[in-house]
Amino acid sequence: MGILLSSNSILSGTLAFGLPLFIIAIGGIFSERSGVTNLALEGFMGAGAFTGALVAVIVMQKTGMSSSATMWIALLAAAFGGALFSALHALLCVYLRADMVISGVVMNILSTALTAFLVTTINDKVFRVGATGKFHIGIAGKFTIPYLSKIPFIGGLFTDVYYYEILIIVIAALMYVVLYKTKFGLRLRACGEFPQAADSAGVNVYHVRFISVLISGALSGIGGLCLAYYLITQFDAKLFYLGYGYLSISALIFGGWKIIPTLGACMLFSFVKYFALWFATLPGINLSSVVTSTLFQALPYIITLVALIFFSKSNKAPAALGEIYDKGKR
Amino acid sequence: MDKISSFFKKFGLGFVHAFTKNGARVNFVKLSKNRTALAFLLPITAIILSFILGSIVLALIGADPFKAITSMFQGAGFLPKARYGGGQNQFSDFMKLLNNATPLIFASLAVSVALSAGMFNIGISGVMVLSGFISSVLIGYSPLPAVVARPAVLIICLILGMGAGALVGFLKYKFNINEVVQAIMFNYTFMYITNYFIYKFFLNPETRSSVVVSDAARLTIADVKVGGVEIVVPLGFIVLIAVAVIVYIFLTRTKDGFEMRAVGLNPRCAEYVGISVKKNVILAMAISGALAGLAGATFYLGATNTIKPETLPSTGFDAIAVCLLGGSHPIGIFLASLLISGMTTGGAYMQARASVSTQVPSLIIGIMLIFAACTAFMRYYLQKMSLKVEDNLKKEGLL
Repeated sequence: MGILLSSNSILSGTLAFGLPLFIIAIGGIFSERSGVTNLALEGFMGAGAFTGALVAVIVMQKTGMSSSATMWIALLAAAFGGALFSALHALLCVYLRADMVISGVVMNILSTALTAFLVTTINDKVFRVGATGKFHIGIAGKFTIPYLSKIPFIGGLFTDVYYYEILIIVIAALMYVVLYKTKFGLRLRACGEFPQAADSAGVNVYHVRFISVLISGALSGIGGLCLAYYLITQFDAKLFYLGYGYLSISALIFGGWKIIPTLGACMLFSFVKYFALWFATLPGINLSSVVTSTLFQALPYIITLVALIFFSKSNKAPAALGEIYDKGKR
Repeated sequence: MDKISSFFKKFGLGFVHAFTKNGARVNFVKLSKNRTALAFLLPITAIILSFILGSIVLALIGADPFKAITSMFQGAGFLPKARYGGGQNQFSDFMKLLNNATPLIFASLAVSVALSAGMFNIGISGVMVLSGFISSVLIGYSPLPAVVARPAVLIICLILGMGAGALVGFLKYKFNINEVVQAIMFNYTFMYITNYFIYKFFLNPETRSSVVVSDAARLTIADVKVGGVEIVVPLGFIVLIAVAVIVYIFLTRTKDGFEMRAVGLNPRCAEYVGISVKKNVILAMAISGALAGLAGATFYLGATNTIKPETLPSTGFDAIAVCLLGGSHPIGIFLASLLISGMTTGGAYMQARASVSTQVPSLIIGIMLIFAACTAFMRYYLQKMSLKVEDNLKKEGLL
């Protein structure tokens, strides 16, 4: 994480961290709105980041492209890798009637183990650079909008904007349209509320749920790779799995499984995190940044819990969330 | 029975029937209905399949699968090693395994108790950190003698865990907040808050980990010399056996335990019969939390004697998988925990002897869990198949 020096950087950090979090949460929304509980976002994120990092390293070696240029290809690979890994969760939950919570947790465990193993083995056997656990992917490209970034308080929003943030905003807008304005989105939401009714209307619930999990895998993969680029400029299984998948789950719950409130939740959580980091570097505040950052990191979770206490009566999870769909059931 | 089998039966060789096609079909139907046998066979199938897949992976990376897997079991103390270092033997290895496995078994019991009332307890890791930290601060850093310190640690962790669990149950019942969501929130809240206090007051700058607790407060006695060998005495394991027996008796032989399981099986029916769903949900989560607290005690003041900040112990999540593998029955949980702990503990020896990285055991465990998650499907598919076979057999008059 970059050392923050100016108040501008709180906002730029908020966006750079919060937008990947948001795209992961959107993936979670798609999956859960179709009725498949998805606790595996952490694992999908890792699987996608692994695939993207692998492709990035290969492309950089073979073509000598810069790290910021390879990012686009890597993001595509990350979406693919995330979707591929999520197919396992989809298979287990939709077709093989596994318990969705257990499957999600198991996916996370498998992802950590598998990516750690693959990175080390590939480094050792394929790249022959020794059995290290990291793929170095370098820094993602960023830019600063010249005049807008000079505005006093909100100028930070336009400073150090990473290119992936633009991509995420575009994808998010697209997913919003898909979920709320298309036939597919309506059917998806129906599967999560009352799958029997959707089935009788001719929707293949199994197909829709399977696809929605794949979508969550792809989006989580993209978000995961962006986080890898931003936070640690490499993919290292020991450093990567910091619980941001779970953070995005709490964001989507805080947002009531709706896209726009979830954006607000992600921005709130991200802002709190970067505000804390900046706060600790103020002159006259004698706290080491590590110390404050830990206490403030707990805030998003505490806030969500309190909000749930007050709003749970009105906060509606999709009615059929977590229920294995059985055609024979009434 | 067909002609061949009747022929053999006359000579008292009736078992031949089982090898004929019809005999096999009859036995297949009988087996599929035998829930106890399936509860045993399906997880074992998952384990065997995962070892097969793991061997393929090992072979692909150029390691000798047989050597790798046997050295993993040797490192765990399940099999004897060819040579031992000074002061070590298979018994000391096995003691070390028990020491490491105890937190996992406690955590898995916590998951299964919550599950028996229909609740998922994913918050075990957070409770572990909280209880481990507070008992470290109150007892572990104090000069209390072992006779007072050790029971005090257990009691504090038990009470803290019980409180946390009861809180989750209460919030679930009063405000209808999903317990999985709550658990995720509490996990990270507890972790970050204890992190803060560790970094501020109790950090050992060299190890980047909390100051070690006193040996008197530790639930494991290290470096005990027994018959020329140095072993660890896992006191926590003894507590574990006692607690596991108590919990099992409570769940299966008491009225309250029965009511708890009734709530888990069908809350509406239980309510209709007059069982208080609210009381049982909170009670189940409280017991589950208490067990999680004990897991924290045996982990942070037992298996290790320090708290590494910034990470949640994976024990809480592995426990869900172990519970899955062990079929929620105490004996299954014991065996599954020993297997999984053994694989992780034995990984170091596997690396030394077979030059296989320590990530491989974790990978095999991950694969095992996937197969275990499929056992529900295996059971369903088996039943579907056996119904078909049974119908056919009845039509042919063979059943």
